[in-house]
Amino acid sequence: MSTETAEVQSQEQEVVKEAVPKEPLFSAKNKRLLTDPLDDDNPITVQVLGICSALAITVQVQQAVVMSLAVVFVMLFGNMIISSLRNSIPSRIRIIVQLVVVASLVILVNEILKAFLPDISEKLSVFVGLIITNCIIMGRFEAFAMGNKIFPSALDGIGNAMGYAWILVAVAVVREIFGSGAISFPGVGQIKFIPASFFEAGYMNNNLMILPPMALITVGVIIWIQRSRNQKLIEEN
Amino acid sequence: MEAVNIFVKSIFIDNMIFAYFLGMCSYLAVSKTVKTAVGLGAAVIFVLGITVPINYLLENFVLKEGALEWLDPSLASIDLSFLSFIMFIAVIASMVQLVEMIVEKFAPALYGALGIFLPLIAVNCSILGGALFMQDRQYTNIGDATVFGLGSGVGWFLAIVAIAAIREKIRYSNVPAPLRGLGITFIITGLMGIGFMAFMGIEL
Repeated sequence: MSTETAEVQSQEQEVVKEAVPKEPLFSAKNKRLLTDPLDDDNPITVQVLGICSALAITVQVQQAVVMSLAVVFVMLFGNMIISSLRNSIPSRIRIIVQLVVVASLVILVNEILKAFLPDISEKLSVFVGLIITNCIIMGRFEAFAMGNKIFPSALDGIGNAMGYAWILVAVAVVREIFGSGAISFPGVGQIKFIPASFFEAGYMNNNLMILPPMALITVGVIIWIQRSRNQKLIEEN
Repeated sequence: MEAVNIFVKSIFIDNMIFAYFLGMCSYLAVSKTVKTAVGLGAAVIFVLGITVPINYLLENFVLKEGALEWLDPSLASIDLSFLSFIMFIAVIASMVQLVEMIVEKFAPALYGALGIFLPLIAVNCSILGGALFMQDRQYTNIGDATVFGLGSGVGWFLAIVAIAAIREKIRYSNVPAPLRGLGITFIITGLMGIGFMAFMGIEL
């Protein structure tokens, strides 16, 4: 341990000697901002934020991917805007300021989706609007962007949005494969994952997977797997 | 009869939690004891019951295409619906502020118990979700919209109280360690959702 910390310190000193502005762009600390939310500090399975949309739009991989991109966009720019405004926002009205920033970004996303991906926009219906109240975004504003510089905030935004995205896509993949037997991609068409011989042998798609309750159970199982691999996340009760 | 139908439908069939997963964050976080769950559930019913009709009026007299006609016939072609997100959330945020002040004044114990979650009702997806579904489904009059808001609130209330009661009991069970807490709550909610699907297709 001590040698390690000494090494880290010496590395940091070297960096300072090179007169790079305080810390390098991708220091260990900044890298952690990107990688932590993927597993140890995942917004969905550990911080319990942003569950609503994560479950509702995971019937199809396509929708999940579009939703994830929308959240990455809103999260990145929202964190950067809030972080750059952080010294001029009075703390009493900060919630309203944050909501206005998110709402404007979401309106932007919604209009873009309506213009270029009308089908998916139709399917996502109210859930694009609900990005405004996605707790991940408000939670990261409060917990991170209000107290940190713009660049780390941007990394934190991308990290958390990606942590959200991979759970979303994982749940969608499971649900679409077992629910429809194939995953449909725009432009490519359907790619079958369950061979036709299975169906001839009497295999049937599990229609329950398409229904809402199975999203919850799938997430529950993902949490189970994650926590049995990563023992330090286990709760007392 | 239409109103009763909407009420029952929004409680059981289109349940905010089991069918749309709205308001899951506070649902998972505040459902450790029945007492706080009841408090938060009541607050959600109240806020939904107020904000949905207000947003209905806003939608029909300001935002919708041609909604400004009552002001002046020349405004009939204006469509402000792209502003609906920001207007709805502003109404919700101010209403939540009001509820917070009322609860703090009249029920300080509840205020203490709800703690941070009261202001967070503003970002509870079920409230904005209620407003957006109201917009999406185009209810014909304000009565229906109010009934829808109250019904959604009651459905949310039932869900959170039920899960809180189950979680109080499950503390005495031997749940596999990695599933404890969050994991098992998800799975139970899923099973409850399957139970609620029994109401599907009911028409009054």
